[in-house]
Amino acid sequence: MRTRPIQLFLAVLGSALVLTACGSSDSDGGDRPGEAGKVVTIATHDSWGMDKKVMAAFTAKTGITVRIAKQGDAGQLTNKLVLTKGNPIADGVFGIDNTFASRAIDEGVLDKYVTEDRPSSVAEFDLEGDNAAYLNPIDYGDVCVNIDDTWFAQKGMTPPKTLEDLVDPTYKGLFVTPGATTSSPGLAFLLATVGAFGDDWPSYWEKLVANDVKVDAGWTDAYTVDFTAGGGNGSRPIVLSYSSSPPFTVPEGGDEPTTSALLDTCFRQVEYAGVLDGAKNPAGAQKFIDFMLTQEFQQALPDNMYVYPVDTTAPLPEGWDVWAKTATKPFTVPEAEITENRADWLREWRDIATG
Amino acid sequence: MSTRTARRWPSPGTAVLAAVPLAVLVVFFIYPVCGMLALGLWPDGTFDPGAVLEVLARPRVHRVLWFTLWTSTTATVLAVAAGVPVAYALYRLRLPGRRFLGALVLLPFVLPTVVVGVAFRRLLAPEGLFGDLDLDGTPVAIIAALVFFNIGLVVRTVGTLWERVDRRAEEAAAALGAKPWQVFVSVTWPALRPGVVSAASVVFLFCSTAFGVVLTLGGLKYANVETEIYLLTTQELDLTAAAALSILQLVVITVLLAASHRARRAVSPAGAAASARRRIRLRDTWLLTWTAVVIAFLLLPILTLLLASLRTPDGWGLDHYRALQGTGADNALLVPATEALARSLVVACQAATFALALGAIVAFLVSRPTRTRAAGRLRTAFDGVFMLPLGVSAVTLGFGFLITLDSPPLDLRASPWLVPIAQAMVALPLVVRTVSPVLSSIDARQREAASSLGAGTWRVLMAVDLQVAWRALLAAAGFAFAVSLGEFGATSFLARDDNPTLPVVIFQLISHPGAANFGMATAACVVLAATTAGVMLLVEQLRVGSVGAF
Repeated sequence: MRTRPIQLFLAVLGSALVLTACGSSDSDGGDRPGEAGKVVTIATHDSWGMDKKVMAAFTAKTGITVRIAKQGDAGQLTNKLVLTKGNPIADGVFGIDNTFASRAIDEGVLDKYVTEDRPSSVAEFDLEGDNAAYLNPIDYGDVCVNIDDTWFAQKGMTPPKTLEDLVDPTYKGLFVTPGATTSSPGLAFLLATVGAFGDDWPSYWEKLVANDVKVDAGWTDAYTVDFTAGGGNGSRPIVLSYSSSPPFTVPEGGDEPTTSALLDTCFRQVEYAGVLDGAKNPAGAQKFIDFMLTQEFQQALPDNMYVYPVDTTAPLPEGWDVWAKTATKPFTVPEAEITENRADWLREWRDIATG
Repeated sequence: MSTRTARRWPSPGTAVLAAVPLAVLVVFFIYPVCGMLALGLWPDGTFDPGAVLEVLARPRVHRVLWFTLWTSTTATVLAVAAGVPVAYALYRLRLPGRRFLGALVLLPFVLPTVVVGVAFRRLLAPEGLFGDLDLDGTPVAIIAALVFFNIGLVVRTVGTLWERVDRRAEEAAAALGAKPWQVFVSVTWPALRPGVVSAASVVFLFCSTAFGVVLTLGGLKYANVETEIYLLTTQELDLTAAAALSILQLVVITVLLAASHRARRAVSPAGAAASARRRIRLRDTWLLTWTAVVIAFLLLPILTLLLASLRTPDGWGLDHYRALQGTGADNALLVPATEALARSLVVACQAATFALALGAIVAFLVSRPTRTRAAGRLRTAFDGVFMLPLGVSAVTLGFGFLITLDSPPLDLRASPWLVPIAQAMVALPLVVRTVSPVLSSIDARQREAASSLGAGTWRVLMAVDLQVAWRALLAAAGFAFAVSLGEFGATSFLARDDNPTLPVVIFQLISHPGAANFGMATAACVVLAATTAGVMLLVEQLRVGSVGAF
């Protein structure tokens, strides 16, 4: 009996070590320096999703394997790249949007690269002036207020249509949005109000707060917990989401979504890809950016990331032309103005919206 | 402690031994954190203390500090009030299933915080079970979640102490005519007080550095120091303000750890025999009711998740569990959830091994007797510095890893070892706290006897120390394993997405639209909770009181 516990202890320790060793040997593939040219690392945001077949097609075509490194939301992604500039965590980046593009470029995070042979519709999404040389538009999406049509039909109420409607006492306590300081759609919505009301946006937000808007930390919380049609037990039938959200609320067996997007409340987010300054495999990153602008990748975007391809000739999934239309006149704010004022706007917004 | 021992603190041997864990701590904790603080304190290459003072004068910072202070204090008081009676029931009464309950109370502590945040919100949202109370988005919800996480620490810390309170003193007092409350005040409470103070300071520490629950439950209205550091770093890139708050946090943590240390000194060694448990009597009804209420409070969020995981579009079923073999609706994940579970288990094994190896050395060294006051102080400082990972912002640590471990020979940013190392840093203090009380309880004379019989240092270690401590070491490894399984904060900053752990996958799933992904996330939560609970039950079988006790 004396030695048994010790034997047991050593046996457990030993097997743990063996497991540890096994675990590490199969999980570090692709990091060997000799293979650097064969692997390209792309830093991106948490919403990244792509069909395995599409990624395999890239590898088949070029012999390069893509490693995806998610870095939080678009803001966190940009700030991480700023913090690690010169010795980046990846070779290329995808997912910096028009609200953060100028910060990344001004901080010197990116090298110049523009895909030569690109679809003609891409140019209309280019950044302004010299900045266009650094980032390639890949996709866009409209951040819009969504409503639960079923809820409004059941209550016999007329649903809201515009930003002004949201401060109408009729809709008191019905609207939930993710916050501008903690979520990129939240920031886009703040910018929509800046675009719509100019310098008067703070007074609009004061009215929203007076009308009992709920401000959540993230999109997930707002949509899946507080929204009435997001799968949770929510009680608010108006939520800030995307123009592409409604098709996902088509009930099983039904052919029509139970929600819709208010296209007069939108802010357009364009997402870009670029090559990072100091990348170990810049050629690989360039090739992947070229690939992102091919029709094969472009047409896979809607299903995987709920966004619209910048190549407007790429076919959209079934139903998107009806249920996920984009805004014809989204609100806009010039990029330079965003960069200059973002910190002040966020601080002011936070004081109004979160007391 | 006055008897002669073969080795004294600090001898050259101990210095070499101490250098190993210290070196690891410096490289993987102090260096990254300091790197991050330096970015904030030297914004343009010049030291700017004025900017730090300016941050501390901001009205918003005052609000954040006040909120952190009052919510943490309230949650601590409630956790102690809820936990102490349960500690009595579990450790002094012959309660059926008490071992299971002992594992259960510690389960919330190792659950991923993001998951618990969502579970609480589901209960409190207007359409939820407690929707009528209108608590959603209020500080009450945050405090409830903080209490949920920390009751276990109070129960374990106070319970293990209560188990060893000398029953004869209580009986003698009673025989001399003291009423039960007089017995409690004059005999029991003085013996328990160090445990309560120690537990309270550690609970306060965990409450004031809580991140995931405050972020999900507080919405944006309420921020504590930890979430504020996160916002300042990731969203505003205001590193000076983040550094100012981090330094403040470090100061507060040091004070709390010192308080906990002072309290613990008064505790008798863990080796003291547990007194016999007494049978349940009729007058225990209130106590047992209270215990049942607390257990129900701990079970409710977990059951909510379980129910949600079984709910399918057309009734009930295991659909969400079957979905775990895939990558979720619309390819929300890069790898199937089952692969992430396998990865989690391997990482937890690695982290537990590291934490155990380092923690055993630290525990061994801090449990050695010291000769002089200075050596005693040195030992205390050595012990304290390994507790720091308990209270430093995961954001600061995560970003610190990115900016400091970025060039050879320490270019680890893409290494699969980074996550287990980071998790080992988080689990290390818990291993030390589990093992060192047991090692301290070894009578120095036992070691002397062994060496006088001709045993060498190594032989003494195997025959005396390991003989006593093997259970504690195994239990500590299990606890570290469980903590690593649920670790989210630091992991989410470091995990590679082609190789994520299960908590990271759960977070990715709940961040994607679609009821199917949410259902799959709840199923993954249940699997994670069940695995963790299984490990904790095994740990309970080892009957090591110091697990989860401070």
